Amino acid sequence: MTINQSGWRPEAPLANGAGEQPTFTGNRALMLEEPLLFELGSTDRTGVDFEEAPAAPNRLAGLERGAINLPGLSEPETVRHYTRLSRQNYAIDLGVFPLGSCTMKHNPRLNERIARLAGFADIHPLQPVSTVQGALAVINLVGEWLCKLTGMPAVAMSPKAGAHGELCGLLAIRAALEARGDARQVILVPESAHGTNPATAAFCGYAVENIPATAEGRVNLDALKARLGPDVAGVMITNPNTCGLFERDMTAISEAVHAVGGLVYCDGANFNAIVGRVRPGDLGIDAMHINLHKTFSTPHGGGGPGAGPVVFSAALAPFAPLPFVEQTGDGAFRLVEEETAEDHHAHSFGRMVAFHGQMGMFTRAAAYMLSHGADGLRQVSGDAVLNANYILRQLEDVLDAPFAASGPCMHEALFSDSGMAPGFTTLDIAKGLIDEGFHPMTVYFPLVVHGAMLVEPTETESKAGLDQFIGALRSVAERGRAGDESLKSAPHFSPRRRLDETAAARSPVLAQRLLADQDD
Amino acid sequence: MRYLPLSDADRTQMLAAVGAASIDDLFVDVPAPARLSGPVEGLPLHMTEMAVERKLGALAKQNLAAGDAPFFLGAGAYRHHVPASVDHLIQRGEFLTAYTPYQPEIAQGTLQVLFEFQTQVVRLFGCDVANASMYDGSTACWEAIGMARRITRRTKAILSAGLHPHYVAVAQTMAKFTGDTLATAFPTLDGAGDDMARLLGAIDGETSCVVVQNPNILGHIADLGELAEGCHAKGALLIVVVTEPVSLGAIKSPGEMGADIVVGEGQSIGVGLQFGGPYLGLFATRDKYVRQMPGRLCGQTVDADGKRGFVLTLSTREQHIRREKATSNICTNSGLCALAFTIHMTLLGEKGLRELAAINHARASAAADVLAAVPGVELVNKAFFNEFTLRLAKPARPIVRALADRNILAGVPLGRLYADTGLENGLIVAVTETTTEEHVATLASALREQLA
Repeated sequence: MTINQSGWRPEAPLANGAGEQPTFTGNRALMLEEPLLFELGSTDRTGVDFEEAPAAPNRLAGLERGAINLPGLSEPETVRHYTRLSRQNYAIDLGVFPLGSCTMKHNPRLNERIARLAGFADIHPLQPVSTVQGALAVINLVGEWLCKLTGMPAVAMSPKAGAHGELCGLLAIRAALEARGDARQVILVPESAHGTNPATAAFCGYAVENIPATAEGRVNLDALKARLGPDVAGVMITNPNTCGLFERDMTAISEAVHAVGGLVYCDGANFNAIVGRVRPGDLGIDAMHINLHKTFSTPHGGGGPGAGPVVFSAALAPFAPLPFVEQTGDGAFRLVEEETAEDHHAHSFGRMVAFHGQMGMFTRAAAYMLSHGADGLRQVSGDAVLNANYILRQLEDVLDAPFAASGPCMHEALFSDSGMAPGFTTLDIAKGLIDEGFHPMTVYFPLVVHGAMLVEPTETESKAGLDQFIGALRSVAERGRAGDESLKSAPHFSPRRRLDETAAARSPVLAQRLLADQDD
Repeated sequence: MRYLPLSDADRTQMLAAVGAASIDDLFVDVPAPARLSGPVEGLPLHMTEMAVERKLGALAKQNLAAGDAPFFLGAGAYRHHVPASVDHLIQRGEFLTAYTPYQPEIAQGTLQVLFEFQTQVVRLFGCDVANASMYDGSTACWEAIGMARRITRRTKAILSAGLHPHYVAVAQTMAKFTGDTLATAFPTLDGAGDDMARLLGAIDGETSCVVVQNPNILGHIADLGELAEGCHAKGALLIVVVTEPVSLGAIKSPGEMGADIVVGEGQSIGVGLQFGGPYLGLFATRDKYVRQMPGRLCGQTVDADGKRGFVLTLSTREQHIRREKATSNICTNSGLCALAFTIHMTLLGEKGLRELAAINHARASAAADVLAAVPGVELVNKAFFNEFTLRLAKPARPIVRALADRNILAGVPLGRLYADTGLENGLIVAVTETTTEEHVATLASALREQLA
């Protein structure tokens, strides 16, 4: 039995896949095993010092707390624990992170510096507005940029993530329809939509119906038109879509939906593909959310925070949520927190979050917008699309590219696992890529393609970096085509080898139980 | 355009490989009338790093930072000291620039942190299971009401008058569209306890849940045991909202008091004020409800070599599998804020958290006595943690504005939160470990002048 430095005893010998010699600590040079906090710390240890509490009456009404069982660590132990854990992560700072539809681009550190200025980071959401004029100006600035870049007249800044933005857009659609006494019940969602789209529509009380895709990976316009009718509240369409293609028929789709009295929601997650080159407002869209981390480089931090402002057409603008920022005649900013008699606030569907949205993301996005400017953002989408097409064309001879014949892709290239030796799948390609030192692409999405692999390089990858990635993916694909058995047990060199996800779901262990609990 | 690595020579070479004459040719699928021929009009061109710092730095200076003033605001967002190592560690690129851990073999860092986070939240709240963070307290509160609807198949939720009015507003927005009925009321300045009787009396066979905040919006704290029994006797769930998690270093946990779902705002620990966001939703419940719980879950498992590892699990509840049948549409969350919470909580440990809670309570209790001694000021609360409500002899909002002009951030006037409800003389005052005796003395003398 090997013993970890801190006393943690692994349940099984720490052999590794390559059959190398086990070590006394379980570590392998710079690859360090790290126990859980609960195995390292104790309830009498702390990494903070406090001043003496002043003498004052106890006003806790006899509700004093018993044992909590929260272990602590000293400051050096804490720094080491989380630094060691960080080294078990792949991140965009380490290399290409080609997650299609998720979009991982370079995170400029200037944005971090700006977001941490005390004037932005250390202000309370309920301070008098006279003391936060600069913060309101930043919200207004980001909102104005979003309106100009999308060609839409209004924006709601408060939604906290892309999926929250979808909710915001659909609530506005529903409020607008109800305001005209039109209780429509159906939202149409193309097959290629993000999974959040149907979930959002259902969450708002709508019946969800799917619209099939064409053989080219776009919305089937005829099928859509055939389904449109007076019961359809709207469509949720992703453009550019999740196959990495621009919906050529977007204008016709919008016209058809409007003709039957419905409204058009666009999932703007992929706005980074067209920013500075196409304004969604010119395509007849009524509402669209924008994931600030995807287009404007706010860091995603292992799963958020996001920010999902929503832009609205004139038809939906009066229904936008509260609160929002407005500039008054004298140039000062005010915060509208409740419906007022003024026309443009009277129909708001209400409040979606406690405060004003993701201020920390707005400051980062503002720094990115100003850094790039209108000219730079146009180059952003151009380079993102060029990089994706480069990958598509360099790999279509070894990887099946189902829609490559239909023209250029946008910001992401879609492949499938057909062409692999029998029994070799997308999962094997993905895990093989890990051994090459890359984060895999998005796998098994979109659902319209069997064994999908969606590769999104973004604009912040160099040609040399792309060439290395292309070489690695080519090599792994060739092993899959040849039926190289070692690929089936990849990854071999990562901190953990394939993890048993079935066991995790069958008998979930979601927290470290106390010994007393385990005895129950 | 310092963030773009491609040179013009690269672009020429790559366009040749792609078989396109120009980048514009890659946009052929966009209808021609919708294609812009140059940069979007009305926006400036690119700027240097130094110029951006200058412009945004000037805007930052237009704000009065909490650290530059005697500061007493709370009401759902609290100013605590965050140790330097928290911000340093969350800025490590391997955490900051990672995505959702979809490939667990190379995301064990984030996954182990989420497992530690879930465990800390479970213990803090006195529950069995916690999810791996939500957007914020207000949206977590709404998600909890939706979860109670799924579990009980009932649609009437009773909200305490002491629930943060913004949380109530979020629930009201959502209920308009989901068909839930919400019963709620405004708080009063006449002391604690009356709301509890109203809540107990309102529970009936149609009630899915009762939602109560502790400490509540006015700072009152209460034992919720009797309320939990009242809920359970009628088949309803008790949802407890905690907007100030530091309080749980001093006060009995909601789980111990019988709560079925506990949600909270995690901002107090590790995150900072940030003008309202990003914040961190906390969400925990009992084992038996885990499959009805929204949001991401991290679970322990083993790898092919038998080594312990972590994965995202029970994803069949989620939008990418169940689509329109998912428990929630939530996809991304507040992973980085959860990391900050976990690191700060690790630095505190139980010893530090108890000390932090004790100093918060003692300073608040001492401050309440100083402020209540000002003529025209009355302390409303009998029991509280680090936040209490004052009834002033005059409306609070103009006073708060006048004090802001003198760089004193005096608290949250109830008139800002509740329009036309007779609460305009109420002022919510929060006192934490960052508040000094000098700050309290400054506020007391300023109030004395204003109320004279």
